[in-house]
Amino acid sequence: MPDVQTNQSDAACADASRKDLVRRTFYAMIRARALESKLGSLYKAGQIVGGVYLGKGQEAVSASLGASLTKGRDIFAPLIRDQAGRTAFGEDLLDATRTYLGSVLGPMRGRDGNIHRGRPAEGMPAMISHLGALIPMVGGMLMARRLQGRLEGTVGATCIGEGGSSTGAFHEGLNMAAVEKLPFVLVLANNQFAYSTPTAEQFACEHLVDRAKGYGVAGHEVDGTNMLECVDVIGRAVANARAGGGPQLVVANLLRLSGHGEHDDGFYVPDALKDSEVGRDCLDIGEQQILEAGFSTTKEIEEWKESCAEEVQASVATVQQEPKPDPYQDDWRAFSTPGMSGLH
Amino acid sequence: MAEFTYIDAIRQAQHDLLEQDERVFIYGQDVGKFGGAFKATQGLQAKFPGRVIDSPISEDAMIGMAIGAAVEGMRPLIEVQFADFSSVAFNQIVNHAGTHFYRTGVPIPITVRLPSGGTPGSGPFHSQMMEAIYAHYPGLVVVTPATVSDAYSMLIDSVKLDDPVLYCEHKFLYRWLKSDSMTKGEYLPIGKARIVRAGKHATVVAYSAMVHEALRAAERLAGEGWEVEVVDLRSVKPLDTDTVMASVARTGRLLVIGESFPWGGVTAEVVSRVVAEGFHLLDAPPQRLNARDTPVPYHPNLWEVHRPTLESICQAIHNLLNL
Repeated sequence: MPDVQTNQSDAACADASRKDLVRRTFYAMIRARALESKLGSLYKAGQIVGGVYLGKGQEAVSASLGASLTKGRDIFAPLIRDQAGRTAFGEDLLDATRTYLGSVLGPMRGRDGNIHRGRPAEGMPAMISHLGALIPMVGGMLMARRLQGRLEGTVGATCIGEGGSSTGAFHEGLNMAAVEKLPFVLVLANNQFAYSTPTAEQFACEHLVDRAKGYGVAGHEVDGTNMLECVDVIGRAVANARAGGGPQLVVANLLRLSGHGEHDDGFYVPDALKDSEVGRDCLDIGEQQILEAGFSTTKEIEEWKESCAEEVQASVATVQQEPKPDPYQDDWRAFSTPGMSGLH
Repeated sequence: MAEFTYIDAIRQAQHDLLEQDERVFIYGQDVGKFGGAFKATQGLQAKFPGRVIDSPISEDAMIGMAIGAAVEGMRPLIEVQFADFSSVAFNQIVNHAGTHFYRTGVPIPITVRLPSGGTPGSGPFHSQMMEAIYAHYPGLVVVTPATVSDAYSMLIDSVKLDDPVLYCEHKFLYRWLKSDSMTKGEYLPIGKARIVRAGKHATVVAYSAMVHEALRAAERLAGEGWEVEVVDLRSVKPLDTDTVMASVARTGRLLVIGESFPWGGVTAEVVSRVVAEGFHLLDAPPQRLNARDTPVPYHPNLWEVHRPTLESICQAIHNLLNL
């Protein structure tokens, strides 16, 4: 895990802080890819009940956001393809493996699975499948902090895809955040396909970022395959929100480098798109960039890759030994109030 | 003597909640300076600045916002302008608020006020009863106060509960129903039904505004020598089956009245429970009386007979007594 740099002059401090941010971002990308590669194998081996939804190709965008936020202070509501963002934000690897493998020791205790996990009381909501639902939720978390007088310096962020941007919840949530001028960042990964639906059948505007103007929020557009650009643009959006600039909409253009889930081979994605600039792998580009910038070395990156793979392996091995939920032990309580469930 | 209406009780409860608990805030359309479409929040924004907040016309975002605020330790009190519009927030209510505690262990203490039921001229989209829809889903408490004092105490109790509550307040009762006190009569917690009129020949179970129609019917039948027991469910989830069963054990006959559409719903649930658990107590097949299976019509001539009326209830009770 990269160390955080401290004790520098202002300019040097900014440089060091960017270097640190880039290193943390890239490390999270590697770690997420290592985990997701293992999850894909486990799925194919029939070891995972339910779906596996990967963030391959979206790591730079997601990790840039997660790395720009501080757990304990900020709110991060990851969506389906945000393993890298979760990792960068500081989600415990075991939370992921336990939820995917149905361990009762995980945060969802076998009651929900895969990417539907979180620790809401620690600033990381557990997504529901209905796209856009997290947008007003994050808005509400921020409004609560405003009412409690502890909003200052806080940012709330969540992610969506171009498909999810077609929902009513997206519109209502972003509009509400804009009306309330919340320190909110919405990162929209335009990954070209919502399951199998291409962008031409999803929206009719030329650039999704143009919608920012309509909502009265700041808009940013970024090449989602370009790690350094993601770090800078998303970092700037988060800083703007933190500084009182109101909601920020970041549109990242990239290609989903997997099917919708591991059950889907993505046959409908044209080769021409895969071979185009949007189809580049942000991990390859990120590695090249971090080396060129002198922020890391080939040796260090190799070590990161090895250690991440080992940690993933160890985490999976641990979780495979853990108890699964027991229907006779589950309390089957949908109500928090004692006695309420018994009354039905 | 002071006189309080049902909506006075709702306003006073909100006032007292804001005064007593700094975690409480109100969010909804036109609830601020305007005081709400039914004036249920009148004067509250001036007295509690910053804590009575106007929302855009975004029911989904309103409930989503409340869920987030609840996670951060607040007690949001949401006014949906008409219960009918909560269908726009359906997803946030049933899939987000309702599932949250079971999935994550983090409770969602939100209260959603749903101005429910018909008034003449309101038409299909400002008249609906939504309680059965929400009661169907796990994790949601659904209350249907029928009296001024229940309107007050059940709203206080709803906000104090750690679980999401749909508070179904009946618009017809807003200004029609009056009491000299907001805390009159015996206090009962959410989940307890109340026997509002004792009788021995038949049990009529009702909730919300239909309690008053049932009482009028019981009064009329008393003139014919029939003693009809009326049970006010008060909350439809949890549903106090015990009180209903005890009443049926005394009378042997059951009619359940609801203002909702007839397919499924609260009346079907009550009958199903009584039949399953108390078949041996019944002297006659239990009956249901609901609204008609059409959208709620606009014109008073149609609206009046769309829902159960004094006449149709009396007829249903006569029918039950002759079975």
